[in-house]
Amino acid sequence: MLTRPDRATIVTLLAPPTVWALHFLTAYILAAIACAKGWDLGGVRLVIAAATAAALVFIVLAARAAHRHTGFTADTPPHDDPTRASRMRQMGAATFLVAALSFVAVVFTGLPAAFIADCR
Amino acid sequence: MSDDLSRNTLAEAQAARLRHVWANPRGWRYWSAVNNTEVGIWYIVTAFGFFLFAGVLALIVRAQLAVPQNDLVSPEFYNQAFTLHGTMMMFLFAVPIFEAVAILLLPQMLAARDLPFPRLSAFGFWCFLIGGTFVAGSIFFDAAPASGWFMYPPLATNKDLAGIGADIWLLGLSFIEVASIAAAVELIVGVLKCRPPGMRIHLMPLYCWYVLIVAGMILFAFPPLIAGDILFELQRMFDWPFFDPDRGGDPVLWQHLFWIFGHPEVYIIFLPSIALMAMIVPTFSQVPITGYGWIVLAAVGTGFLSFGLWAHHMYTTGLPALSLGFFSAASEAVAIPTGVQIFVFIATMATGRVIFSVPMLFAAGALAVFVFGGLTGVMVALAPFDWQAHDTHFVVAHLHYTLIGGMLLPLIAGLYYFFPFATKRMLSARLGRWAFWLIFTGFNITFLPMHFTGLRGMPRRVFTYPAGHGWDWLNLISTFGAYIMAIGVLIVVVDVVRALRHGRPAPRNPWNAGTLEWTVETSDENWGVRSVPQISSRYPLWDQPGLVEEMDQGRGYLPDAAAGRRETLITGVLDATPEQVQRLPTNSFRPLAAAVFIGTCFIAATFEWWWLATAGGIIGIGVILGWLWTGTARPPEAAMMDAGRGLTLPLYASGPRSVGWWAMCITMVGDATAFISLVFGYFFYWTIHAEFPPPEATGPGLAWPGIAAATGLAAWATVLAARHANRAGRVAIARLALIAGAGLAIASIAAGAAAILTTGLDPVVHVYDATVWVLVIWTALHLAAGVLMQLYCLARSLAGHMTPLHDIDIRNVALYWHFTAGTLAVTMAVIGLFPLASG
Repeated sequence: MLTRPDRATIVTLLAPPTVWALHFLTAYILAAIACAKGWDLGGVRLVIAAATAAALVFIVLAARAAHRHTGFTADTPPHDDPTRASRMRQMGAATFLVAALSFVAVVFTGLPAAFIADCR
Repeated sequence: MSDDLSRNTLAEAQAARLRHVWANPRGWRYWSAVNNTEVGIWYIVTAFGFFLFAGVLALIVRAQLAVPQNDLVSPEFYNQAFTLHGTMMMFLFAVPIFEAVAILLLPQMLAARDLPFPRLSAFGFWCFLIGGTFVAGSIFFDAAPASGWFMYPPLATNKDLAGIGADIWLLGLSFIEVASIAAAVELIVGVLKCRPPGMRIHLMPLYCWYVLIVAGMILFAFPPLIAGDILFELQRMFDWPFFDPDRGGDPVLWQHLFWIFGHPEVYIIFLPSIALMAMIVPTFSQVPITGYGWIVLAAVGTGFLSFGLWAHHMYTTGLPALSLGFFSAASEAVAIPTGVQIFVFIATMATGRVIFSVPMLFAAGALAVFVFGGLTGVMVALAPFDWQAHDTHFVVAHLHYTLIGGMLLPLIAGLYYFFPFATKRMLSARLGRWAFWLIFTGFNITFLPMHFTGLRGMPRRVFTYPAGHGWDWLNLISTFGAYIMAIGVLIVVVDVVRALRHGRPAPRNPWNAGTLEWTVETSDENWGVRSVPQISSRYPLWDQPGLVEEMDQGRGYLPDAAAGRRETLITGVLDATPEQVQRLPTNSFRPLAAAVFIGTCFIAATFEWWWLATAGGIIGIGVILGWLWTGTARPPEAAMMDAGRGLTLPLYASGPRSVGWWAMCITMVGDATAFISLVFGYFFYWTIHAEFPPPEATGPGLAWPGIAAATGLAAWATVLAARHANRAGRVAIARLALIAGAGLAIASIAAGAAAILTTGLDPVVHVYDATVWVLVIWTALHLAAGVLMQLYCLARSLAGHMTPLHDIDIRNVALYWHFTAGTLAVTMAVIGLFPLASG
């Protein structure tokens, strides 16, 4: 989607929360396996930190593309004209909001790994 | 003047043809109807019936708990009553009512004649009715499930402690889950492909956004439960030790699979009801919703985040604190989109002039109750608090505040709002107010005290309790409130029954709403819309003057049924540009027959009557094949047709342009999710064992899985070759490829069978063996279905229904085979290669 920034579709809308989901699963599965198998949690926490950073970068890029789709201030909500341009602005606006939520959610998921150092 | 006259004559002739094509069958044949207006109403009435039944069970539970040491009912009956109450409210009311309402409303909201797969809707309904009656009826034979609505092992896997009720739960509900997935497929394709021309995705009613998200959630939430049900039933019937720690199993796996379903399910219930509010609030504020994009955010955000919550039901299972942290974080994060949703409604009300009618009263009450439940949700999302409150009546109070505030009250608001839509009559505003205040106060009197009984330590699911713990009078108050609430519900029922006969006739669009479903006519026309309009607004009835007259006079699209067939418009996903006219199947008993025979298969399996189950299954599959053969993908009599307003559209499309391809794709996403859940099981066992596969395990080796993979993937390649050859006009080669492909797939099944049968694996001995068996059987069943599809395509080609130009069948089958090839490759890699990597 980042390679085709001219389009705002259902795929671009769902990309940021999908990144959240992948990040969440990575963090959960890694931690679960590490704790079950007695792996070193320090390494796992570093991997989770890296995954968090990568996810946040992707989400910020997605948010930037979405913000571009909104047309900045050329048109203000409710973006309800029966035109392609209006559709793109509305999808951009919704995607921007979804990206913001995904950003917060990824940070939330990263925090336990930042503070909890063992498997108790 | 004569022009007008001839136009009127033409319009009347068109209307007569449409009326004839869309007419309901009469007499006993009425039950063969598949039109959404009929199926939707049956669905709603049935789900509501189950709601009342489950409500009576709740009243029995509350009566038993009214005073300490009560012996009104036996402990056994009590267990059945609370289990069935939860099970029915969730599986037979809350989820199906969403599907029911969506099937009824969605086509009219989209000015479509019907959803793309009306017979699938009918099939789903009959599955629901049969499975639901079976599960609910079990209590009359003292055979209802009694282990709690989540069926935790080892209690529920123990045949002495949990009798046949557990099997009834597992098989009866699995059958209904099939119906849920069928509805999800129907609704997703409906929202994406059946919108009226011009209704671009940013103009569609918010209800559609919610339907889309919720149906998508069903695809990812229900399959893990189906996978869990399979494991569970294999343990109960054949003693395969998936949840038995003595033989390597683990009961916690069931909890994971159940709650990966169970928590999203709460939102699957909640979002559609909130969607009704998103329709009601703007109407009674007489302004467009404030913050359309924010609602999209709320729907999408909640839809995703709700999947990160499952383990917050498992805080006390001993998971590491780090894992708990992730789930706690997601549980707190989901409060953000939920809160946004509520603020949008409040903002909409603030910008308009609110008319406090009965639907609005229920909507406002819902917001108040839900916010309260949401706040206690934030409390129990915190692990340390949850450790204290877990399994107490505090949680009972919390979940009822969220479900009744988030689901039941908005639904009753929707009942009052949409009753004139469905029946052309109005409910009584006076009785509605009485009902609201009784339900609202009764509810709070019932459940508010439970927070305190819970905090004072009263556990859930207890049959009775001793006096003197400070629980006595709180319980008495709760019971008192439950009966007040029941009177309120009874008033709603009385009002509905009364209004069906004696209600004030509803004018058209009685609430002055802005969305298309209110174009519904006050006469009993069955065609949905007389003609399909061109849309240019989110609230067409407010913003497009003359729209209704244009539709009524047949000046929109598809004003006629010249070919004597049911038809609806298919449009593009993003911009709703017209793409195709879709022929829809007509009334048929086949969906009912298919549901009866498949239902027989499930029900007979419950009682371990294997011959009857097998016969039911085979006949059921035969009926479905007959249904597909006669009802789908027939080449039309002409390539193009006049769709009205000067538009000519194709009558046939295959591949990604056809609705069937989308349905296959969506179904297989759900199927893949179930498969991934089984694979998750394999790796879950790997994490809990020091060595997995266990050192004494002998199979399945590398050779047989390798052969199975090679032959199966070759079968996939031949299907692709057949599709390609058919398209290129080399029909004979295509047919040969299909035959070769079927042979290869059968060889792959045989190799898979050899992998588990000849290598010393015994599924009763250890969970490793059982898991390998399950993965191989799952894959083999998919290959077998693939063979059936190849032969079906061959037969279609020979019968002339599948040609180089008309290739829906083979393209959908090829899509199926993509997923099957993936399943095969993963299975064989996991069972064949992973032991090498981990050993």
